[in-house]
Amino acid sequence: MESLNIFIKSIFIDNMVFAYFFGMCSYIAVSKSVKTAMGLGLAVIFVMTITVPLNWLLNEYVLKGGALSWISPEMANVDLSFLSFIIFIAVIASFVQLVEMVVEKFAPGLYNQLGIFLPLIAVNCAIMGGSLFMQERDFTNLGQAASYGLGSGIGWWLAIIMMAAIREKVTYSQIPAPLKGAGITFIITGLMGIAFMTFLGIQL
Amino acid sequence: MSKKDKEPLFSAKNRKLLLGPLSASNPVVVQILGICSALAVTAKLQPAFVMAISVTVVTAFSNLIMSLLRNSIPSRIRIIVQLVVIAFLVILVDQVLKAYVYDVSKQLSVFVGLIITNCIIMGRVEAFALGNKPWPAFLDGVGNGAGYGLILIIVAIFRELLGAGTLWGYQVIPASFYDAGYSNNGLMLLPPMALIIVGIIIWVHRSWKKDLQEK
Repeated sequence: MESLNIFIKSIFIDNMVFAYFFGMCSYIAVSKSVKTAMGLGLAVIFVMTITVPLNWLLNEYVLKGGALSWISPEMANVDLSFLSFIIFIAVIASFVQLVEMVVEKFAPGLYNQLGIFLPLIAVNCAIMGGSLFMQERDFTNLGQAASYGLGSGIGWWLAIIMMAAIREKVTYSQIPAPLKGAGITFIITGLMGIAFMTFLGIQL
Repeated sequence: MSKKDKEPLFSAKNRKLLLGPLSASNPVVVQILGICSALAVTAKLQPAFVMAISVTVVTAFSNLIMSLLRNSIPSRIRIIVQLVVIAFLVILVDQVLKAYVYDVSKQLSVFVGLIITNCIIMGRVEAFALGNKPWPAFLDGVGNGAGYGLILIIVAIFRELLGAGTLWGYQVIPASFYDAGYSNNGLMLLPPMALIIVGIIIWVHRSWKKDLQEK
């Protein structure tokens, strides 16, 4: 039940794009057409669903203060949490590299669709942000971390798909020249963010 | 370094590297980089300022270090080397913030860690530091960090002034205004308004510099 609650909340209320602006760079750059947005969105869902629980395990059994006590009781005072940034980013970067190699080898069709987006994901703030929020929110078990990862990924996917759909229509409307492209995208995202705030307070 | 180059420390070219990113090639409003983590910290001026300084430090030194290392890194593994250098600098910044400005560090929470994935830093290292000498690379880093900080501070001034009536935590709008019926616009403190303000900044900036307009 708790996991389901986290899942719903991370999609709608704590939406990666509208509430925290995570992954805005690729969000703005790739949302020009629904097709490419779909590719990147699915890749983000996939990578987040795996890396957030993976980093949760690392945080729980290696990084947190006293987490090393499973090796020997003397290690209970060791606090490695200052290393978490570098460990998280290393996990994400190497996982992305791994996925890229596996997909290239076994599913060349999918690789051609996703190919160019995979390297982009290593520096997508949403992925790193997911892991850092996971650490800050102190989830109590792996299931919660996994549902948070999945939910945040879906939230990001939802946002970029909607944005791409709107942008495909916006190209046909008359916009003041200085606002074309990036400017109007920011404003639309802001308005969508306000719309998403109506989900505030949903509790399962 | 600059003495060996036989080029004055602040030659016209270097000045352009430093000042260009403030307006003509601003990383946020022109190159649309690094919006990721930043706008969430602009509800108040103080965290925005600290964030701006942190990003400038990380950009400048990651550019400097990568420029020094540029001839000894095989290009296949350069991304991971960049991430390690950047993560190392960000950990330093994070520890310094925790030691000296703990309150602000608490407010910034995960966003300090997110400097690692800030596209400005990777972008500048890839696009500039890997092909240039250390001193210009350092200036380019400072310039881009400052250009980013400038936007952050402008957004934060609007949001804090209109949203809470304060600047840097001090009351700016006098009490007599409130007596006369003025009230703070709470909407400004919510995340979506940061995006709309950036959109408006882009609008103003591109009406002024017409060559930046998109077709």
